[in-house]
Amino acid sequence: MVAMQEQLEARTDAGSGPLVVDVRDLSLTFKTSDGPVYALSHVDLQIAEGDFVSFIGPSGCGKTTMLRVIADLERPTDGQITVNGVSAEEARLNRSYGYVFQAAALYPWRNILRNVTLPLEIMGVPAAERRDRARRYLELVNLAGFEKKFPWQLSGGMQQRASIARALCFDPALLLMDEPFGALDEIVRDHLNEQLLQLWEKTGKTVVFVTHSIPEAVFLSSKIVVMSPRPGRVIDVIHNDLPRQRTLDIRESPAFLSVAHRVRQGLRAGHSYDD
Amino acid sequence: MTTDAIGGDERFAAGSARVGRVIGQRAAPIAVVVLVVLVAWYVGAVAMNARLQIDAFERQEVAWDRGDLVRATLSQERPLLPAPHQILVEMKKTIIDQKITSKRSLVFHSWVTLSSTLLGFAIGTALGVVLAIGIVHVTTLEKSLMPWVISSQTIPILAIAPMVVVVLGAIGLKGLLPKAIISTYLCFFPVTIGMVKGLRAADSLQLDLMQTYSASRWQTLWMLRWPAALPFLFTSLKVAIAIALVGAIVGELPTGAQAGLGARLLAGSYYGQTIQIWSALLTAAALASLLVTAVGVIERLTLSRMGGRP
Repeated sequence: MVAMQEQLEARTDAGSGPLVVDVRDLSLTFKTSDGPVYALSHVDLQIAEGDFVSFIGPSGCGKTTMLRVIADLERPTDGQITVNGVSAEEARLNRSYGYVFQAAALYPWRNILRNVTLPLEIMGVPAAERRDRARRYLELVNLAGFEKKFPWQLSGGMQQRASIARALCFDPALLLMDEPFGALDEIVRDHLNEQLLQLWEKTGKTVVFVTHSIPEAVFLSSKIVVMSPRPGRVIDVIHNDLPRQRTLDIRESPAFLSVAHRVRQGLRAGHSYDD
Repeated sequence: MTTDAIGGDERFAAGSARVGRVIGQRAAPIAVVVLVVLVAWYVGAVAMNARLQIDAFERQEVAWDRGDLVRATLSQERPLLPAPHQILVEMKKTIIDQKITSKRSLVFHSWVTLSSTLLGFAIGTALGVVLAIGIVHVTTLEKSLMPWVISSQTIPILAIAPMVVVVLGAIGLKGLLPKAIISTYLCFFPVTIGMVKGLRAADSLQLDLMQTYSASRWQTLWMLRWPAALPFLFTSLKVAIAIALVGAIVGELPTGAQAGLGARLLAGSYYGQTIQIWSALLTAAALASLLVTAVGVIERLTLSRMGGRP
């Protein structure tokens, strides 16, 4: 009963649809040879269905760790997390999310098509269907015609797009992206940001996105989570009310700049630059 | 159809031009090395056989000069060190002139050795791979097996070969298998060591990816660890096939030497037939480089199918 009450509150708290990710008082401490590292400390976070949430903060603030906890690639030392209403591990076993890493992490011995079909192969989808689906998603990320190429024959931006197609092709409702465009130059990054936004519009997926770029976070997100290091914690959650349909021009508008300003304020407050 | 043929011809022409260039670039250094080795060999043959030859001249009480000595040292019947042309003549006689079913044919003996080499190599590779998979997946196996794997190679194969042959002979196993097992004993080792490293070569991102799909251990092995390990496997296989041949030859020594290159070596040394020993040795060396080249070709074909850069 109490749990249900909490659930209800959580829903109203998050605004839109039902909760996809619910993190309560979560801490994670890494034990290392030179003492414990407090990667995450008492984090509370609610992500609702259809949200585009960005984690932003300087390096070492635990934003990637938080994403990995949601993906059950790291286990918290304290606190609770549910993903789709079940434990993070169960959610992973249910294959309920697609994960995009900092690097494309394509398998160099598979061509692009077979890289995209990899998750479908693991999940036991019949060969003909997985080829169809991979082709469809390669088209979605503008990589039609590159099916037979091997990863090294593609540019970094194209490789990252292939890895996004790979994360999407089994149609998970939740997309976890860890600085997917961090290694790309600004022009490619702008272009991919626009494409990603269109994709989010089209598919209505919930996206959790890690970045250390303020314009990227403001441009993409419906909700920005500002984090701070040592120990990693959430210091501000900003609801971004910019219209969902955005073009790159919006970055010069006063509304955009004021959100960016608030993010910068948050980052500055949480971070002393003397270390 | 015709355009295909033309395209094929052009490709062939371009290919043969490339082959020509490669030969041009490589042939000269190789030729120089071969020449140096041959000259040193002839000088060595004359120097080493001279003592015996002078003794022989003196016994026969013939007058001789330096030219006679050189000619004679290079055409002895049982020289200490036979000259290259003597070995080649012997090899032509025993490889080309003999029927391959004859007991005097080196082709026959090579085949005997090759068959146990290949059998031992196959068993050794399988064993090496299985051990590596076990070691990578089960931590207790790494701690318990690895010391045995390493210490197995510290025992001289010459010491263990007769025991293997005797023990297996006592339980009724004779012929091919005991020799193959000695090859196996030698060649599983580089495969295990190489594959333990290879199966761990996948980076943490690639492994994390498998985890996000909640792939099973077998799926991770088959779709990630195995293909990532293949370059390591082929490097190991090149070592393994060469020492599998050594194992097969060593395995032939205590069997009473009936057939095989090892048997030829042993028979040659019984009767002081140095030319026979050397031609068996050179044949074994040629066989080894043929086998290593074959593994190299398979490696290139496999890795280029797996998207390797040309």
